[in-house]
Amino acid sequence: MTSPLEQKKIKIAGPSVVTANRTWDGIVVYRTAAKSWSADLSEAAIVRNSDDAKALLAESVADDVGAIGPYIAPVQVGVDGKVEPGNLREQIRRTGVTIGQPAQV
Amino acid sequence: MYAYDEIDRTLVNERVSEFRDQVKRRLSGELTEDEFKILRLQNGVYLQLHAYMFRVAIPYGTLATNQLRALAHVARKYDRGYGHFTTRQNIQFNWIKLAELPDALADLAKVGIHAMQTSGNNMRNVTSDQWAGVAPGEIEDPRIWSELIRQHTTLHPEFSFLPRKFKIAITASDHDRAAIKIHDIGLKLIKNEKGETGFEVLVGGGLGRTPFIAKTIKHFVHGRDILSYIEAILRVYNQYGRRDNIYKARIKILVHELGIEKFSREVEEEWQHIRNSSLQIDDEVIEDIRSRFTYPAYEKLPHMPDELRQAAADPEFEAWRKNSVAPHKVQGYSIVTISLKPIGKPPGDATAEQMDALADLADKYSFGEIRVGHEQNLALPHVAKRDLPALWKALDKLGLATPNVNLITDIIACPGLDYCSLANARSIPIAQELTRRFANHELANLIGRLHINISGCINACGHHHVGHIGILGVEKNGEEVYQITIGGRADEGAALGNLIGPGVKFDEVADVIEDVVEAYLALRERPEELFIDTVKRLGVEPFKERVYATR
Repeated sequence: MTSPLEQKKIKIAGPSVVTANRTWDGIVVYRTAAKSWSADLSEAAIVRNSDDAKALLAESVADDVGAIGPYIAPVQVGVDGKVEPGNLREQIRRTGVTIGQPAQV
Repeated sequence: MYAYDEIDRTLVNERVSEFRDQVKRRLSGELTEDEFKILRLQNGVYLQLHAYMFRVAIPYGTLATNQLRALAHVARKYDRGYGHFTTRQNIQFNWIKLAELPDALADLAKVGIHAMQTSGNNMRNVTSDQWAGVAPGEIEDPRIWSELIRQHTTLHPEFSFLPRKFKIAITASDHDRAAIKIHDIGLKLIKNEKGETGFEVLVGGGLGRTPFIAKTIKHFVHGRDILSYIEAILRVYNQYGRRDNIYKARIKILVHELGIEKFSREVEEEWQHIRNSSLQIDDEVIEDIRSRFTYPAYEKLPHMPDELRQAAADPEFEAWRKNSVAPHKVQGYSIVTISLKPIGKPPGDATAEQMDALADLADKYSFGEIRVGHEQNLALPHVAKRDLPALWKALDKLGLATPNVNLITDIIACPGLDYCSLANARSIPIAQELTRRFANHELANLIGRLHINISGCINACGHHHVGHIGILGVEKNGEEVYQITIGGRADEGAALGNLIGPGVKFDEVADVIEDVVEAYLALRERPEELFIDTVKRLGVEPFKERVYATR
């Protein structure tokens, strides 16, 4: 999964969201249409073209106290409107590590 | 153990107060993330996929039991109950909250632990041999010199904004357990013909996207001159190192582009200006540091105590002993490596309960001392041989007696795409599957010493270039693909591995590694010929043919 840290240009190929990490605790959050942040992907604002993506990202970057490191991430929107992460990286960010955390002894 | 003085304690405490204020200003919006980022990095705080990651320094890999308990406390109170030991003798916590970090740092400061310079473009934690001070045949304890360099470089203003991060490792043994040849500066303690202590100095090693094995820049630098010589190297790097391109900013690129001869001339010229300055170390300074290292009051013990003789009848104990117990410089004692590589579990992870219990065992059996090795295992450096059976039983109950040290399941792996924001592919699940494939101890023993190193991106935190088998995860068309190299090594014969063929998919990696191992078993001349020696003798081709013939 190409790290978004290597994203040079904003060019989207399908539905996308802006995601970041909440400043005070670092959890994964998504930019909402209400100009806020939510930990729930289903509440994320979906953008479908580069201009909207740029605007959403610019607004997110401006909210520096709320969340850090915002970037555009692909999503898949099902016929029922359900939003799912668009790649493995984002899937892992949403659902957690794929390995199980060390069991308590 | 090393006892910090008042200056150290004050420095660490002041740093906590300073960072508490910085965090407060960040959370209030007084500091932007751009302004804050460099400050948090200087305190070991990264942003990863799911949360902040907090990297704590363990200078030269030495921990006291109260320090290990403090790490367990941080894991339990501020994180998710575990920590991850890294390839540079540090520990990382993966789920820490920024708002709670100052409290975590304050709790660690009480036992003299900090996170200064565990990230950022400065001098990182000075690492050393995890067997320092106890390994037979060692020139002297390399931690004395590690500590000298740590003191000199910590918060040194000239080295706080280097072109890129800078790592030093020191060994004092012929067998290099500190991987000095893959460091920016590698130091090997030696004696000259007059019997004086000094260093062979190597420079320009490193992995990442452009790997290099370090080259010897000077065959002997007297101990009293080592600070000035290191400073000369750093000054040349600071002056000429590239700041315009992060991928070309490490000293290895500078050494490569200038050539070692020109680079060494530059260093020599700089050194002549400063070698007779206040950087020249008085014997008293070294003696003061030496005096702050305490060593156990060893007993006079037999080479082969009855307890050990009796326990030898138990094949499970013997399997562990042969694998995990190494000779000590003092008769009757052993160095015990504790595998953090249980079958099917993430390499290098330890739970808070394991850390606490291990601290108790270290108090009981190892004079209160624990070591961290770059292979992501721990060690108890002073265990009486008579105590080995009891220690083994206790470790086994904790899940810490897997007899796989230096075997194929003793895998180094970076956090990979499960945690890391830079990663392109997962590392830990590959390691887990490989440990399951080679879980049979007889098979692992039949294979013998074999190091598999896995990185989830080209930054190479899992040291894949120097694994006997290296696995590098990359991304291709949105999928995880793994490139496999063989023939790398990180010891005194350090070498970079060579690709054996095209990358393979996530689900195919373990099959391919099995094929590589089967090829080795068929190709080796005798059971004693290690994998790395067979590769050296035959090269990549025979392995490539066997692995890819049916693919």
